[in-house]
Amino acid sequence: MGFTREDWQAIALTLKLAATTTALLLVLAAPLAWWLARTQARWRGAVAAVVALPLVLPPTVLGFYLLVTFGPQGWGGQLTQSLGLGLLPFTFAGLLVGSMLYSLPFAVQPLQHAFESVGRRPLEVAATLRAGPLDTFFHVVLPLARGGIIQAAVLSFAHTVGEFGVVLMIGGNIPGQTRVVSTQIYGHVEAMQYPQAHALALGMLAFSFAVLLALALLNRRSTRVFG
Amino acid sequence: MNSEVAMFRRLIPLLLAAPLFAAHAGQVQVAVAANMTAPMKKVAADFAQATGHEAVVTIGSTGKFYAQIQSGAPFEVLLAADDETPAKLEKEGLGVAGTRFTYAVGKLALWSADPNTVDPQGAVLKQPPKGKLAIADPKLAPYGAAAIEALTKLGLLATWQPQIVQGENIGQAYQFAATGNATLGFVALAQVMADGKVSKGSAWIVPAQLYTPLKQDAIVLKPGAANPAATALVNYLKSDAARATLRGYGYEF
Repeated sequence: MGFTREDWQAIALTLKLAATTTALLLVLAAPLAWWLARTQARWRGAVAAVVALPLVLPPTVLGFYLLVTFGPQGWGGQLTQSLGLGLLPFTFAGLLVGSMLYSLPFAVQPLQHAFESVGRRPLEVAATLRAGPLDTFFHVVLPLARGGIIQAAVLSFAHTVGEFGVVLMIGGNIPGQTRVVSTQIYGHVEAMQYPQAHALALGMLAFSFAVLLALALLNRRSTRVFG
Repeated sequence: MNSEVAMFRRLIPLLLAAPLFAAHAGQVQVAVAANMTAPMKKVAADFAQATGHEAVVTIGSTGKFYAQIQSGAPFEVLLAADDETPAKLEKEGLGVAGTRFTYAVGKLALWSADPNTVDPQGAVLKQPPKGKLAIADPKLAPYGAAAIEALTKLGLLATWQPQIVQGENIGQAYQFAATGNATLGFVALAQVMADGKVSKGSAWIVPAQLYTPLKQDAIVLKPGAANPAATALVNYLKSDAARATLRGYGYEF
């Protein structure tokens, strides 16, 4: 059983969503993770808890709050409208915001861990060599934290590909715009089109396995190089 | 003190009768289509009052229930959103032959959470589209298919197509419209009606000739074949009391 045109559309949209989410998340998560790794601030625990929330919240809760908040009556919806962005639900931008929240801990936590394991020593050495803070970050910290960055990217990407509850809530299931692979599979099952559901579901299973296998191999190599 | 003794005396027959009552009262696991959410609460409460049996209700979409029943879900009665699924279950031997019947005929409504958006004639559809139009996925939900059919018959499908957002069932279509994310929604009349009138927002009751009748069939499933509570529920759904309740939510028979 091959894929239908709508299946391919869903696959393409899912890959685009996951790639965009991952790219934006890495940029936003790096300073946050850096701050969490180094700060002594009293509210560090609270910030870490907020970052970890999507790990324990059902995605439907996240999606429901996004739907209410970014609807025309919600404060988020009034904000996006006053900025001339329109309303986020049922758009690719809305899915992107949802996905970034949903995958946030998968980007922040590996980065934070990697930054913590860099330790103080390389920073002090860089400082004695008169490297500025930005210089140190880009030329010392980032190369040393490479394993964590790759891990953050792969996990964010894979987690976003598997997203279901959030897109179900705020997506609106529009072909080519907000219908991703997971909602397409759900639709096939509900419509009792089991062969199509099998084809897509099997693809998803194979993809997830490949990602985790690649991560395991990568981890082994990076401990051999850096460990 | 005396009055307490008297009260206790009065309670004795009840206490003695309780185990008898419990022996008769049963439970029935019912899978209920999302458009019946509100009326089923009332029907289940009245059913418990009338018969002493308890209906344990699971709300969901008919397609999902079908998949779950095929995989051995312990539902004893299915109140579907269509008439095809119960027929298919009977043919496949998962439903008890001869127990299938139409328990309600649903009505489609065009609805907005805003009290001033939808006029009683549905003329709002003929104006240039403003905002999104929520419908249930027409491939999955009969109410979604009915919405597409009505738009087609009105010659307005092409106009509205770019505005359409789909919920996976009629419950989600309602949710999109109720939060205002969609200005309009084709929903089940039962979702916005209580005690015989539209209870919130504004609605146009779509005329019956614009779509195929939304016959909703019920069937007793194999796990419920020998359960008296399942039979009692099916009989109760055919009673005047149950029909009066359903009529108040806009269903017909």
